[in-house]
Amino acid sequence: MAEISPVAYDSKIEGNIIFTQLDTAINWMRKNSLWPMPMGLACCAIELMAAGASRFDISRFGAEVMRFSPRQSDVMIVAGTVTYKMALAVKRIYDQMCEPKWVIAMGACASSGGMYRSYAVLQGIDQLLPVDVYISGCPPRPEALLEGLMRLQRKIETEPSLGDQKRELLKSLSA
Amino acid sequence: MIIADAVASIESKFSVSKKIEFRGETTLVVNRAEIHEIVQYAKKELGFNYLVDLSSVDNFGEEPRFEIVYELYAFDSGLHLRLKISVSEDELEAPSVTDLFSTANWHEREVYDMMGIKFPGHPDLRRILMWDGYPFFPLRKDFPLAGKASDMPDVAFSAAAPLAGGPFVTLPSTATTKDREPRSRE
Repeated sequence: MAEISPVAYDSKIEGNIIFTQLDTAINWMRKNSLWPMPMGLACCAIELMAAGASRFDISRFGAEVMRFSPRQSDVMIVAGTVTYKMALAVKRIYDQMCEPKWVIAMGACASSGGMYRSYAVLQGIDQLLPVDVYISGCPPRPEALLEGLMRLQRKIETEPSLGDQKRELLKSLSA
Repeated sequence: MIIADAVASIESKFSVSKKIEFRGETTLVVNRAEIHEIVQYAKKELGFNYLVDLSSVDNFGEEPRFEIVYELYAFDSGLHLRLKISVSEDELEAPSVTDLFSTANWHEREVYDMMGIKFPGHPDLRRILMWDGYPFFPLRKDFPLAGKASDMPDVAFSAAAPLAGGPFVTLPSTATTKDREPRSRE
């Protein structure tokens, strides 16, 4: 009967161990299970729905769990024209989301007001929320949304998992 | 019944200051104080049982400045009738017709929201598109397209939109597309 040495190669577990940084591991888990908060406000929401349906299939990137409760969501997809009447409601929903949280401005209207240079439309949701990814298009194709989602995943990879993403919390603790 | 009979019937009972026939459409310009009675008469006696639309016009620079337009339709005879009243800036109100046509409820709210014309007798005259407390009437001609800044903390805010040299408008003409294309007319 062979003796088991603590330094010997163990084929049973060697292939299952990965050495990495904590940040990288946390970000890897986060980026592959982004739960979107679908903030559908206009026609962009139709493309957002298409991105969630089987032909384009947003679940290939781990973001299929659309939650209609901000408290369970990670990324708010602002899809559509944000009117001034709606703007503070969007802000309020964003405020109810738990850290870490991200924002995708989907389409021309959410990014800049789009064609509505008007008294009634907020000229870009970035005036109220910190936007991570802007997606051009009027409306953008579902592929564009998926590309934006992948860009966001790449952005999440590079972020310090605690320091940056808990900025609001750390600030409130130190204050 | 034909439309001429209906017009003659209204003319015999109420004062009609102007009668316009254009491409088969009949427009009667009537007295603002009598509009409720005229709409009531048209509905009860002449069979105009459907208020298609109620809207307003801002003839900025003219006096009286505003017009309110009532589009009536009779389902049985298939007749259309358009009634217009003038509203001056000094007396920004017109009698409500919500007791005759429930559909006028939201139409009158929209006229109030966009033009600032009040409707005494309306059961619930609140703004319908903009929020309560918004200080302007944005469809008036002297309101800039870009909007104006306003702020109601915790309710809503608005700011002027960047127009980059605009608004770009086209002019009605028979000139070529190149000459008609939208330009800044400021």
